[in-house]
Amino acid sequence: MSRLLVEVAGVSVRLGDHQALEQVDLALHEREIVSLIGPNGAGKSTLVKLVLGILEPDTGRVTRAPGLRFAYMPQRLAIDPTLPIDVDRLLDLPHRHSASEKREALERVGVTGLGRRPLQALSGGELQRVLLARALLRRPDLLVLDEPAAGIDYQGQAAFFGLIDSVRREQGCGILVVSHDLHLVMAATDRVVCLNRHICCSGTPEAVGDDPVYLELFGPRTGAALARYHHHHDHEHALSGEIAHPADCEHH
Amino acid sequence: MLPDFLLRGWLAGMALAAVAGPLGCFVVWRRMAYFGDTLAHGALLGVTLGLVTGIDLMPAVAVTSALIALLVVVMQRQRTLATDTLLGILAHSGIAIGLVLLGLVGAVRVDLLGYLFGDVLAVRWQDVAVAVIGGALVLAVLRHYWPELLFATLHDEMARAEGTPTTRLRLVLMLLVALVIAAAMKIVGILLITSMLIIPPAAARQLSATPEAMAVIAAGLGGLAVTLGLTLSWHADTPAGASIVVMALAIFVVAQVIGPLVARRLGC
Repeated sequence: MSRLLVEVAGVSVRLGDHQALEQVDLALHEREIVSLIGPNGAGKSTLVKLVLGILEPDTGRVTRAPGLRFAYMPQRLAIDPTLPIDVDRLLDLPHRHSASEKREALERVGVTGLGRRPLQALSGGELQRVLLARALLRRPDLLVLDEPAAGIDYQGQAAFFGLIDSVRREQGCGILVVSHDLHLVMAATDRVVCLNRHICCSGTPEAVGDDPVYLELFGPRTGAALARYHHHHDHEHALSGEIAHPADCEHH
Repeated sequence: MLPDFLLRGWLAGMALAAVAGPLGCFVVWRRMAYFGDTLAHGALLGVTLGLVTGIDLMPAVAVTSALIALLVVVMQRQRTLATDTLLGILAHSGIAIGLVLLGLVGAVRVDLLGYLFGDVLAVRWQDVAVAVIGGALVLAVLRHYWPELLFATLHDEMARAEGTPTTRLRLVLMLLVALVIAAAMKIVGILLITSMLIIPPAAARQLSATPEAMAVIAAGLGGLAVTLGLTLSWHADTPAGASIVVMALAIFVVAQVIGPLVARRLGC
């Protein structure tokens, strides 16, 4: 069994008078890609903050392996046009690296020679790879990717997730991908955790994709159904009883 | 031979420019200009409190501005008001409370113009010493936190996720701005202070390829504005603080024109 990086056990969080998370369990291991999916307002970012230690749980417990190093890849950077900064300088944040390390990191993610380019002049796909290069230079134990497919075309997404998969093999880090859409993360995920304040279901992408709870939450085609979404799946379980639950998809 | 008072004003002004340039870069990058204005307006309240209690004005203003900065942080966390609304309330109540207090203690005849628009003649040697030593301290703090501040400026969440204490950094930055405002009051005056934080960095932007270069160039351009402004003031008998700001503006305009040429030569 690979090393346990972070364990979230029975965690609940209230933000103001809103119950953001309720009795959530989550275990993250090295060399494992876990995708956290759920609709807007499901508590995904709250759970990520708990994992990173930015937020403390009201009840329950979060344990991290000692000396754990995180890297975080944001969805996008809104850089003020008055900030003159190129790719190499970004790679030096928060700690400096040698020129050859930076060159190799850019090569690794497929954007060779972009070092002197101002960040504001990068395309969405280039910026995403540069952000990944910066994260990898940290040699993280756990890499957190926030909505990594946002603003990237379909081919770009497929290539990017292929890259994530090979990074996991090379560096052996655990990877937590946050997304609102299972289809985007399906290609490169070992385990999917479907969150809607509590954990609705989890398992392999195929199992979760067929799960009635998932289908209830997202509809057979993700997108249009989200806007009209109401959470009453507790009643739906009985109604959709003839659909067999996949064996490795546990319910709470 | 320079008259003594002009030398004092120039030295204090140069110390101010050296600090305001780099610090002002963060004010520009993080869009804190209105925040700086609020602290500057609040400085008038500090002046009043200083006059009423007999405390030296510079520490009185520094403490008042710092308290207003803390108040902004606390009230921002409540999230009941948009930040610009909050700042607008604090800025103008600061001035109003200051004026009312002055009236109450019967000190209405105090020359407010000197505080509003600066009074270089009033810069004493001890003010120069405070500006130089205080400026060096502010620069040292800024240098110490520079990489983390830059990281947090780029993406607050990313910095926080990787262990940077972004809330503390924001507080440090706000307190530094409060200190600089207190130091700058005599030279450019409450109403013009923020310009020293904004205009030199904005001018430097056109001439810089890295954040560090922008900080250094902003300090240099600020120093140039102080020198040219005091020269203008000496020869044409114009108000010193306003002359410095006008020169800063002229430098900014020139930078807008030659900036693209410099950029082409740097190849970016």
